[in-house]
Amino acid sequence: MTDRPHLAVIGAGPAGLAASLAAAARGIRVTLIDSGSAAGGQFYRGPAPGLGARRPQALHHQWHTWDRLARGLAGHVRAGRIEHLTDHHVWCVERQSGRFAVHALLGPEQERPATVHAEAVLLATGGYEKVLPFPGWTLPGVVTAGGAQAMLKGSLVVPGRTAVVAGTGPLLLPVATGLAAAGVDVAALVESADPNAFWRATRDPNPLPPRTRDPKAFLRRTRALAAQPGKVAEGAQYAAQLVRHRVKVMARHTLVEAHGEARLEAVTIAALDSDGRARPGTERRIACDTLAVGHGMLPHTDLAESLGCRIDGLNVHVDEEQRTDVPGVWAAGETTGIGGSALSLAEGHIAGRSVAARLAGAEPDPREWAAVAKSRTRMREFFAALDTVYAPPAHWTEQVTDDTVVCRCEEVTGGEIRRAVGELGAGDVRTVKLLTRAGMGWCQGRMCEPAVAGLAGCAQTSARRLLARPVPLGVLAAAGEDPDEPRGPDDPEGD
Amino acid sequence: MNPLELVRAQPGPGFTVTLDGRDIEALPGQTVAAALWTAGVTSWRSTRGAGRPRGVFCGIGVCFDCLVTVNDRPNQRACLVPVRPGDTIRTQEGTGHDD
Ligand SMILES: Cc1cc2nc3c(=O)[nH]c(=O)nc-3n(C[C@H](O)[C@H](O)[C@H](O)COP(=O)(O)OP(=O)(O)OC[C@H]3O[C@@H](n4cnc5c(N)ncnc54)[C@H](O)[C@@H]3O)c2cc1C
Ligand code: FES
Repeated sequence: MTDRPHLAVIGAGPAGLAASLAAAARGIRVTLIDSGSAAGGQFYRGPAPGLGARRPQALHHQWHTWDRLARGLAGHVRAGRIEHLTDHHVWCVERQSGRFAVHALLGPEQERPATVHAEAVLLATGGYEKVLPFPGWTLPGVVTAGGAQAMLKGSLVVPGRTAVVAGTGPLLLPVATGLAAAGVDVAALVESADPNAFWRATRDPNPLPPRTRDPKAFLRRTRALAAQPGKVAEGAQYAAQLVRHRVKVMARHTLVEAHGEARLEAVTIAALDSDGRARPGTERRIACDTLAVGHGMLPHTDLAESLGCRIDGLNVHVDEEQRTDVPGVWAAGETTGIGGSALSLAEGHIAGRSVAARLAGAEPDPREWAAVAKSRTRMREFFAALDTVYAPPAHWTEQVTDDTVVCRCEEVTGGEIRRAVGELGAGDVRTVKLLTRAGMGWCQGRMCEPAVAGLAGCAQTSARRLLARPVPLGVLAAAGEDPDEPRGPDDPEGD
Repeated sequence: MNPLELVRAQPGPGFTVTLDGRDIEALPGQTVAAALWTAGVTSWRSTRGAGRPRGVFCGIGVCFDCLVTVNDRPNQRACLVPVRPGDTIRTQEGTGHDD
């Protein structure tokens, strides 16, 4: 058992699961490491076992796929081919002369350390939600769309009785239908994009959405959309559910403000003009105690950055086999670019096969996964097309008033950031950070970075965070003293 | 319909924890944040600078908005920490180290 080549997979979402199963089935010893107390990641997050859900699939899509993955995992775990470490928060992966040390902190309090050693590492850490600021977005009752979904799926709770779901992106659909099915009155789904542009694009290549200037690129995208009947059907399902729950869908509308004192009481939304500006006089106030808001997703790249992997824009760079440019390190799923669970599964599957071949000292034969690679290509094109349809309103920064908090942790306002840019000449996120402390708090800029970049008028780049998690100083000191330590009491390598 | 009915949940026996000395009911498997939401509480800390109320924002441990004091340990992420019978939960002011 222990003389088999060993792969450490970080992240037990669709990508990490698919990779673990593919590698384990081909003779690789896998340690699957995740901060969650159960496998599944974001898409397959299930209710905690203590809640005794007898019909968890009521909150899920593609339950059959999950069922298959969960059975596969259980089988490999029983057979000793996969070890699944739950509640392990990985804060750093270190290269140690051709091998890797994966450093984690145990439990929700994240204090006890543990280290896993392996010959290869797969980063499948997924992503987190992007939310652009607007006045009132720090009020209790305002949550991220994915956060509302995570609390609902995992703990079977909702934050209030009446919700508005707003922002942009495909994630708003499952969130609105999930909340409605769970008994929340969803007063409106406010989407800043024009999703009709998406449906039109699948049928009629002539009208160009305002932001697409290159007709050739657009035609390519149209073909990509048309090649995704499954996705179109999924969208139609959501649409039917929205109708059934009488959710009013307001496209090309945007959030202007969230109102309340101690908690959310109402939101103001407005129609967007063709330039992507809130059109004066169209403001409308909707009473609600919950606002689920999101503007797309961002990949988790901290671990890749600390390993020195190349990052393209915001995504971990991978080749056809899902290898990063650091030998021995693979990446799959949303850490390599946002694209939903089906794409994550495809990437994970390819990565697992590639690892299995390479760790056995063989050159993999890509023909073996040709079908999966083809659907990977199609899905990547599909999500690139979605990206052009679902984009935040072009002039969202105009909603950020000078007293709007932008950095939630350090309470840095829009005005302070504008002063740093205008009067003090800061031209990038790093300088704004040094001058204002925006991004220096607990979350290390994960929440405010897109907004700070937008207000500073520069592109968001990956942040180069040294550590993926806050680490107690004692653990850090011990790790510095001897890279082979710390080996915690639950060290999985101690077998 | 509520979420528990939707998935036909039959939770294990509920238990009591306290929030600032007041009893609240919790279910096994829930996080601290979920137990507080069920009790109708959506904010449990005030910020260091402006003293503004905060609760859950990202729901997955990334934003650190949901910090709370659990059994005298400040700065715990309520959205990650499972609630356990007898937990003493306290709202948290500022850095959480003043009390
Ligand atoms: C809060 C949230 C809710 C979502 N809900 C839905 C939904 O309902 N429907 C939908 O279609 N899409 C949803 N999505 C989109 C979702 O990200 C993708 O569809 C899909 O789950 C991506 O798969 P993945 O395997 O790449 O990553 P994920 O599913 O995100 O899995 C990544 C895993 O890695 C773990 N991880 C990350 N960093 C570390 C670390 N440092 N140490 C240890 N473990 C780590 C995470 O705990 C997670 O389990 C949601 C996204 C978010 C952020
Ligand atoms: S809500 Fe974001 S960390 Fe808990």
